[in-house]
Amino acid sequence: MKKLSARRRHPLAALVVLIFALALTGGLWAALAPTSSASADASQSLQVEEGKRLFQVGCASCHGLNGEGTNLGPSLVGVGSAAVDFQVGTGRMPAQQPGAQVPSKKVIYNQAQIDQMAAFVATLGAGPVIPTQDQYSGGNVAAGGELFRTNCAQCHNFAGAGGALSEGKYAPSLAGVSAKHIYEAMLTGPQNMPSFPNSTMPEQQKKDIIAYVQHATNSDTNPSYGGMTLGAIGPVSEGLFGWIFALGALIGTAIWIAARTPKAKKS
Amino acid sequence: MSTHAYDDSHEEQIGHSEAGVEQKHLGEKSADWVDGRLGIYSLAKANLRKIFPDHWSFMLGEICLYSFIIIILTGVYLTLFFQPSMGEVVYHGSYTPLQGIKMSEAYESALNISFDVRGGLLIRQIHHWAAIVFVAAMLVHMMRVFFTGAFRKPREINWLFGFLLLFLGMFDGFMGYSLPDDLLSGTGIRFMEGAILSVPLVGTYLQMFLYGGQFPGNDIIPRFFTIHVLLIPGIMLGLLVAHLILVFYHKHTQFAGPGRTEKNVVGMPLMPVYMAKAGGFFFLVFGVIAFVSAIASVNPIWAYGPYRPDQVSTDAQPDWYMGFSEGLIRIMPGWEIRAWGHTLELGVFIPLVVFGLMFVVIAIYPFLEGWITGDKREHHILDRPRNAPVRTGLGVAWIAEYLILLVGGGNDLFATHLHMSIDAITWTCRILFFVGPVVAFMVTKRWCMGLQRKDKDKILHGRETGTIKRLPHGEFIEVHAQLPQEELYRLTAHEQQAPAQLPPAVDENGVKRKVGAVAKLRAKLSAGYFGPQSQIAKPTAEEHAEITAGHGHH
Amino acid sequence: MTSQDNMSEEHLPEATHGHGGGPVVSKDGYFADPGLPPHEHRRTDIDEKAARRAERQVATWFLLSMLATVGFIASYVIFKPGPTHHVYVWPVGDVSPLNFALGVTLGISLFAIGAGAVHWARTLMSDEEHIAERHPIESTPEVREQVFADFRQGTKESGFGRRKLIRNTMIGAMAMVPLSAVVLFRDLGPLPEKKLDTTGWKAGMLLKNMNTGEPIKASDVEVGSLTFAMPQDLSEDDEDFQVRIAKDALMLVRLQPGDIKDKSSAAWGYEGVLAFSKICTHVGCPISLYEQQTHHVLCPCHQSTFDLSDGARVIFGPAGHPLPQLQIGVDATGNLEALNGFTVPVGPGFWERSE
Repeated sequence: MKKLSARRRHPLAALVVLIFALALTGGLWAALAPTSSASADASQSLQVEEGKRLFQVGCASCHGLNGEGTNLGPSLVGVGSAAVDFQVGTGRMPAQQPGAQVPSKKVIYNQAQIDQMAAFVATLGAGPVIPTQDQYSGGNVAAGGELFRTNCAQCHNFAGAGGALSEGKYAPSLAGVSAKHIYEAMLTGPQNMPSFPNSTMPEQQKKDIIAYVQHATNSDTNPSYGGMTLGAIGPVSEGLFGWIFALGALIGTAIWIAARTPKAKKS
Repeated sequence: MSTHAYDDSHEEQIGHSEAGVEQKHLGEKSADWVDGRLGIYSLAKANLRKIFPDHWSFMLGEICLYSFIIIILTGVYLTLFFQPSMGEVVYHGSYTPLQGIKMSEAYESALNISFDVRGGLLIRQIHHWAAIVFVAAMLVHMMRVFFTGAFRKPREINWLFGFLLLFLGMFDGFMGYSLPDDLLSGTGIRFMEGAILSVPLVGTYLQMFLYGGQFPGNDIIPRFFTIHVLLIPGIMLGLLVAHLILVFYHKHTQFAGPGRTEKNVVGMPLMPVYMAKAGGFFFLVFGVIAFVSAIASVNPIWAYGPYRPDQVSTDAQPDWYMGFSEGLIRIMPGWEIRAWGHTLELGVFIPLVVFGLMFVVIAIYPFLEGWITGDKREHHILDRPRNAPVRTGLGVAWIAEYLILLVGGGNDLFATHLHMSIDAITWTCRILFFVGPVVAFMVTKRWCMGLQRKDKDKILHGRETGTIKRLPHGEFIEVHAQLPQEELYRLTAHEQQAPAQLPPAVDENGVKRKVGAVAKLRAKLSAGYFGPQSQIAKPTAEEHAEITAGHGHH
Repeated sequence: MTSQDNMSEEHLPEATHGHGGGPVVSKDGYFADPGLPPHEHRRTDIDEKAARRAERQVATWFLLSMLATVGFIASYVIFKPGPTHHVYVWPVGDVSPLNFALGVTLGISLFAIGAGAVHWARTLMSDEEHIAERHPIESTPEVREQVFADFRQGTKESGFGRRKLIRNTMIGAMAMVPLSAVVLFRDLGPLPEKKLDTTGWKAGMLLKNMNTGEPIKASDVEVGSLTFAMPQDLSEDDEDFQVRIAKDALMLVRLQPGDIKDKSSAAWGYEGVLAFSKICTHVGCPISLYEQQTHHVLCPCHQSTFDLSDGARVIFGPAGHPLPQLQIGVDATGNLEALNGFTVPVGPGFWERSE
């Protein structure tokens, strides 16, 4: 696998692999597990029961015993299973500490548990549902790029590197985020991100955007032709690099040219 | 020497050369041919063995010169492939992520240069990296000239030439950044539109004339292209030649040292040493920039996408040299005056004015200092920055302001990378904008005074040898070694000017003299430059003798 | 010995008396200039072997340059251009092999020439320091007098001072002739007139979704969502698309009606759906960093922050006035439409802008 071998050399390989593996497990589970199919009502209600139990242990202290919300956390009525899958699946929930924004961190539940909680929250009120794989794969990169620049680049940067928002909030980097989670984020609008519902951004366009993001954030599909990307954050890092390395090397050269040649020692 | 005699000997020489054609070397023959038409020998006589002093900081200007040449060479190559047109096309080139996307011909041709012209990407990157280095080197070169006082008489005009080169270089860089018509460059052009519109009275007219109508129109890129490749480089080339002629004409400055005076210049001859060193340096600069262009990406236009006025990417910043203007505008509060049916957009216009002021102070400083010091003499020996604490302090204050504004211009990146609030960074920069330069000035001045004291100490008590000696009565002392004569001279070679005195309040007839406010201000500033709080009297030989004699009594 | 080597008397230290063994004192009581120290030889100056070694080193640099040039040409022929070709180079990353190979070989071929030349200068060319005299830049008083006399004579002969009519008409002519050049620039662009005051939005115009190109049903705009819109009559294929979208771009959000603080702003919306200009009022960046929980929208260019729940009031940053709001409603089929054009100019402020 060429893709994997290229990744292995990357300094952040371990992290990326970890996130990817987690996302993949999640994706596989979502695809294979019979959660969304209404094949067996019994297993469904069992799952909701399990989810409720997990919810009351892990989430209720902020969101209330029945997800009605407290002054520590918002109501979860109507947020849908997709929101749970995104928030818990990227490690944002359960939140660790109050702050401008809840960051993504290590995921502490397995996908089965996440699905159970998602199933429980879904019973609180109708909302966006966890997508299936055919909902977020097979987009067109060029069309996605155009849509990305209209809808996403203003916060997430042209290369998906992320950017600042007001008062310490930020749009996170999109590198290594799974297709499912990107889809869920667009659908549910987590935290301060606005949502892009299917009514104004049809599913095909979400696929295109996901295809573009995955293309742009993967060095195998989007190599940095000209050399080091310098963080892909535009001219600021270029200027810093130019001053420190290019001008630095040239001044070093000038010092060599003007330095006195050592004199012969008188013996 | 009378002209008549000269003509005679000259004719005689010509006769000689035509008679002795056979014996002559081919090189000599062609040199004679050229001299017969251009009279190059007198020029060569004055310059072939011209002496240049050796110091690494004297080569900073060469970095500017060479990166300028590199920019011109690579720029000419780029014009062969670049289409400065805003005509719309649909992309069907080799870069698949933009397949079928509408874009301008300018952007399409820039993509083709990057992907389909072999070596095109390298030349584009060399052009851009060289531009980044060019302006950076100009700034550093200017700092060297400033902090050593090399701008003093007779070099004030050359300072102005250099200043204009910096100013024009920045704008030419900005225009080059705007040409490829990618999302980032378009955002820059949009910013410029807003800045022009903010100008009172004529702003809208200027905008319509420059853009050929409403933003973005179809004219701005072709027009910028002509200005970028022809008008500004042409002016810069002229200034550059004038700058270099003046360097030759004035002869280079030098640091104080044994054998170096205001009336001589000590160093090595142009031919052969500087021809090899300076000529070699051109290749070194070109080599380093080519290497940087091989390993580091600059302005990956394909990643930005084509410009559309309704699209934007965060991290929308200009190249670094415009970063301080970006900072000015980012830290500015949103002031606006609306009255009598007019709008004065201070949120844009004030930064525009401060931007200009930051340059004006650079341009006028030599004249300002000349006026304050009242010094009409030529200066060819450089100051050590510590011996001119006020000037050094002012320079550092300017740099501090510049750096604060650079941080302000990158406030979003500082926010994301340091996990801080963008509003907090902006507020910090707002406060530092006023406080920072003052603190920088005071700290620098005190530091310089400390270094002057240290010099004095070293002269009077010698250099610390690190050898500890135990005296017969048990006391331990560190042995100080006397400085050699060269060092004593070097450390005291600078002149210490006395502050300008106001004329006595009463003239010789007992009549009260009227002293103008300007004269008073000048006396005050002069006291600031040369008063006891900005220079430590350098030790005289007598003080030195007394102290060394005292040591002898131990 | 050239003339530069002659050291004039004034640079020589003053002979002083009294300080047996102490530093030499100059006339003014400070330390005297001891003069240029004697030249010291380098290894290569006295050791022919060392000189030969240096010679070989210089030649090696030049040879390396030749090799690198061959490498450059070879790379040009071997490696293919285009985005499909890339290779991993440690530690740089996935790069174009052509760009990398050309850059490195070009860098070496140039750097080696420079390094050879500098090494040559540093080791084998004489490093003896010479002294050249400076001459004052100022001319001597005699020359000055001569020039002034010549100038006065010239002025007198021209009659410039005496024949005032010639002088004044000439100055007038010279002052006027550049006006032709100024006039010539008139056709650079149209006059501003009222162009900046209006946009393409008119009453009854449907809002077209930027993503889909379809009209937008009010019910499709969810609370917390962000949608971009343009006028119904505008298409990406239009010739004036860039100019129009630079003013007409719209940002559509929906707030809980109770969250809208500015009542007149709420009245201009439709059931909490509000339409604001996407063009920042500072310098015209497409502002759209919408925080759906705080209802703040931030500009990525200079961080002007507007509160969309409060009539897009400026709450931070350099923008001077709120984002203009478009009054909207729905047509018979429930699609959003403009009830009016923008009542204030969109985009950056300008002198003639009145509000």
